[in-house]
Amino acid sequence: MVNGGRTLILIPAFNEEAAIGAVVREVRELLPDLHVLVVDDGSADGTAPAARNAGARVLSLPCHLGLGGCVQAGYKLAFELGFEEVVRIDGDGQHDPRFIPRLLDNLRQSGCEMVIGVRRGAGGGYSTTLPRRIGIQCFRLLLRPILGRAVADPTSGFVAVNRRALEVFARSFPLEYPEIETLVVLQRRRFRFVEVPCPVRPRLAGRSTITPLRSFYYVLHVLLGVFVNILRLDARRAARAVGETFDDGSA
Amino acid sequence: MMDLLDILTVFGILLLLIVLRAIRREHIRVEHSVSWLAAAAALIVLSRCGPWLASSAAALGIREPSLVLLFLILVVFLGVFYRFSRIVSELKDMNITLTQRVAILEFLLREKDGAA
Repeated sequence: MVNGGRTLILIPAFNEEAAIGAVVREVRELLPDLHVLVVDDGSADGTAPAARNAGARVLSLPCHLGLGGCVQAGYKLAFELGFEEVVRIDGDGQHDPRFIPRLLDNLRQSGCEMVIGVRRGAGGGYSTTLPRRIGIQCFRLLLRPILGRAVADPTSGFVAVNRRALEVFARSFPLEYPEIETLVVLQRRRFRFVEVPCPVRPRLAGRSTITPLRSFYYVLHVLLGVFVNILRLDARRAARAVGETFDDGSA
Repeated sequence: MMDLLDILTVFGILLLLIVLRAIRREHIRVEHSVSWLAAAAALIVLSRCGPWLASSAAALGIREPSLVLLFLILVVFLGVFYRFSRIVSELKDMNITLTQRVAILEFLLREKDGAA
């Protein structure tokens, strides 16, 4: 069940002129009650007009910020406009909008702050390159002790968040490669997430920005980001422990 | 043949001139040139203080006095780099916030114009 008045579909896009129109049209045809916002991350091509012509509202960033800054701009606007739920999908057509209601249903029924669409290919497995599969597996192993639970697809960008998470992300959101760090941010807040399987499709146009060379930078950046977030988590726990001591009247 | 300390003096003078030229051409803002100017001035002065460097080297057990100066240069420039890394990070955060704010305000204005 979809309540369009309070739900926003957020589509970050950078140089997605070839695919964005079809993505927006598909979402609007399948879910006509939902608001669609494309955040154009300073594209050099006609992404913004293509999205606008397809019927989306477009938030145009004056310069390229990268995925995290782009998504956060959308979260900030959604929060300011009073949306209760935001579903983020990619602008390349890989995420099938038919599964948006599944994410929203899980978000409402579970009471969690975030729902992640776990990518599955047509044959049941997510088809990607070997280095990426290895990387994702490493991140899963890394995150398990941090989150205290297993996470199937920590790099999925197909997510739904409620207003509590929206408020946090509007204030604080990882700026580059945000998906994994986002989970640690949620953990810091003691927020919860659930995962639901959502088959993905081949991208309609373009190529992934994560080239083999960038993959190394990606891994290092994410590891550092997770480490920093853990330090903050420890600092927060220490501060909370001191606060609890004071609350006990020991001060 | 030039002594290493003479080379460092020349290097300090060159750095000073380059920074002053950059300020004059407004490539570097005055407040951000202070670290460089202080580092260049310190380099020039210390490279001319041979006896002090020699006594410091002896106290530290370093055979070559100019190595003391090179070590000091390393420490000073690492400090300068760290300071500028912090400034750049702060500026980037502000730039992202401003960019998002501008985009959101433009969006709201456009929506308002469209509704009117």
